[in-house]
Amino acid sequence: MELTGAQILLESLVREGVDVMFGYPGGAVIDIYHHLPQYPLTHILTRHEQGAIHAADGYARAKGKVGVCLVTSGPGATNTVTGIATAYMDSIPVVIFTGQVPTPLIGNDAFQEVDIVGISRPCTKHNYLVKDIKEMAATIKEAFYLARSGRPGPVLVDLPKDILASKTTYHYPETVHMRSYNPTYEPNKKQVRRVVDLIRKAKKPLIYAGGGVIASNAHDDLQWLATTCQIPVTATLMGLGCIPGEDPLFLGMLGMHGTYTANHAVSEADLILAVGARFDDRVTGKVTTFAKKATLVHIDIDPTSIQKNVAVHVPVVSGCREFLSALRSEIEPCLKGDDCLPPHKEWLEQIHEWATTKPLHYESKPGVIKPQAVVESIYKITRGEAIITTEVGQNQMWAAQFYKFKYPRTFISSGGLGTMGYGFPAAIGAQMAFPDKLVIDIAGDGSIQMNIQEMATAVCYGLPVKIVILNNGYLGMVRQWQELFYQENYCSTCLDVAPDFVKLAEAYGATGFQITDPDAVESTLREAFALKSTVIVDVSVDPMENVSPMVPAGKSLTDMILV
Amino acid sequence: MRHILSILMENEPGVLSRVAGLFSGRGFNIETLNVAPTLEAGVSHMTITTTGDDQIIEQIIKQLRKLVTVIKVIDLTGTKSVEREMMLIKVNAEEGKRAEILRIVDIFRCKVVDVDLDELTIQITGDHGKIEAIINLLQRFGIKDVIRTGAVAMRRSMQ
Ligand SMILES: Cc1ncc(C[n+]2csc(CCOP(=O)(O)OP(=O)(O)O)c2C)c(N)n1
Repeated sequence: MELTGAQILLESLVREGVDVMFGYPGGAVIDIYHHLPQYPLTHILTRHEQGAIHAADGYARAKGKVGVCLVTSGPGATNTVTGIATAYMDSIPVVIFTGQVPTPLIGNDAFQEVDIVGISRPCTKHNYLVKDIKEMAATIKEAFYLARSGRPGPVLVDLPKDILASKTTYHYPETVHMRSYNPTYEPNKKQVRRVVDLIRKAKKPLIYAGGGVIASNAHDDLQWLATTCQIPVTATLMGLGCIPGEDPLFLGMLGMHGTYTANHAVSEADLILAVGARFDDRVTGKVTTFAKKATLVHIDIDPTSIQKNVAVHVPVVSGCREFLSALRSEIEPCLKGDDCLPPHKEWLEQIHEWATTKPLHYESKPGVIKPQAVVESIYKITRGEAIITTEVGQNQMWAAQFYKFKYPRTFISSGGLGTMGYGFPAAIGAQMAFPDKLVIDIAGDGSIQMNIQEMATAVCYGLPVKIVILNNGYLGMVRQWQELFYQENYCSTCLDVAPDFVKLAEAYGATGFQITDPDAVESTLREAFALKSTVIVDVSVDPMENVSPMVPAGKSLTDMILV
Repeated sequence: MRHILSILMENEPGVLSRVAGLFSGRGFNIETLNVAPTLEAGVSHMTITTTGDDQIIEQIIKQLRKLVTVIKVIDLTGTKSVEREMMLIKVNAEEGKRAEILRIVDIFRCKVVDVDLDELTIQITGDHGKIEAIINLLQRFGIKDVIRTGAVAMRRSMQ
């Protein structure tokens, strides 16, 4: 059967199990849109290409499937770059299809031509320019395979207009063979035994879990390990939800805005199992003092992550799930005999003491709404059953600290890149993945204005996403740094002019609420969450509230301020 | 320390810029770089010399291996290997200096490839040390221009 390039793309998407994609049309991809109605694919038209890529990314994080984004050449393609970099930094599987000018015009500065393969090279796992219609099907197959296998990531496929229009016989390959790409999933057996041995001998063991645990669906085995061996767990921002937030073994997040308990536990531990985490500088603080007393075991599917920022004693290149399940098979048999693992009683007591004397906290003030209290309310109302996305800044940190994530894939946030404007389109993606779940974007008044145009998308498709704006009138996180480290020089962080968010919601055909009274927080949120429509809740919070505790950049984890 | 990396990769458009971009984007340094096709169709060989401490070199190698189009990376440093570079060097050679320069050319077994009234262009092949040595020796005559290919290197046969 002869198909055009455009049909080949759509046919292949169906074969890859794609049911929804996010995109924005243009001249270069019009052939694809022309055939689209004939395929069982839902296309979500966003209002900006950045919205499309973040939505595809949010869908991928929530669902654990590859997200798909389709945009036109030139400006359409460049508008996705921030979103591609966001997905790349957090290892999120997305495939981005960009239109390209016809092959004879490539390199001629043609109308709407841009070298998107060149531009996106440093922020994609891999990318392609399809120059021959005969390579199209195999390239799409490879793109999906690369995006979801090994360390997942964004893969871009650039599709020239003449290729989309030309025809060839369609054959979709069953398998992919790339001799230069062979991710290692299974851990080395000897290393696994070594780790068991280390756990057996440790007096102060700690698990430091990252996004890799969630990406590889290793959370069950992680919980088993923590519970069975009574090992406390701290998580990175990307790792939240890998173990229930209320679990007594969970110490909260570590790092710059981590808990006192987690940061002290890292500094005192004698064994740290780093699982699918990459020792980001926001996590380690000053590297030379990080986890000085510990034997470091680092499990990661990506060899480049190991030994990059810190020297580890036991490097294990492996999938997190494969490693943890191998560990489980090693440990389970010894649980029956006397050879049982020691319970580290003193260590757990020490941790309990830190947690009770220095918990996360904030000061209430009469008549003032504290942002942390808003997050706590959201948790109370949803009982941890919602999917939370966030923007970037203080709102993101308060969400991470005060919402106790019960399940993996319920906390969706731009970790590595810290992209303002991410949360709302990501919430649209998550809502598409789970139409019946409550999806809430916890936002700042600055960030939400970066992709507010997606209100139209949410309303258009009847997506009942809830946006809760912790409105402090500032680019709060930057203002906090100015206060603490720049002599209160609040230059360009005050958002004097803001839209009336209630009216804005209404202008888009959504529902708006405003909360200024602390006593109204819970009831208004309840009312808002009960609606089946797109909602903005604009909450006026304490403008000068800071995220605490804090490790100043470049300081050791135990040099915390605002504890 | 100086390292010689030998890289085998799919010969696809953009693969050179992937490798070069990896170095520049991560702040690694490329000293020399050389690419050419191999006997196998669709596969190219690249030799890169670079400097860095062990940790940096380890990262460079891992990052190169992570590139989807890279088939194989070996660090030839410290292994038994043959390394060659070619250089064209143009030196001042007025009357009275010429004989001495030609003697050096002879000792180093290089070749004069172009002659003018007061300058000579010399072709030399050799390893890093030899190339550096001849540059040093010719310095005092006044070097007008130098073009170097950068190293190519190959593992020695086992016996
Ligand atoms: C696209 C982008 N631009 C700039 C920044 C730098 N930045 C980090 S946090 C922040 C302030 C965010 O303000 P807001 O959204 O109001 O949230 P708040 O911190 O007040 O909760 C800024 C400007 C960023 N992370 N992303």
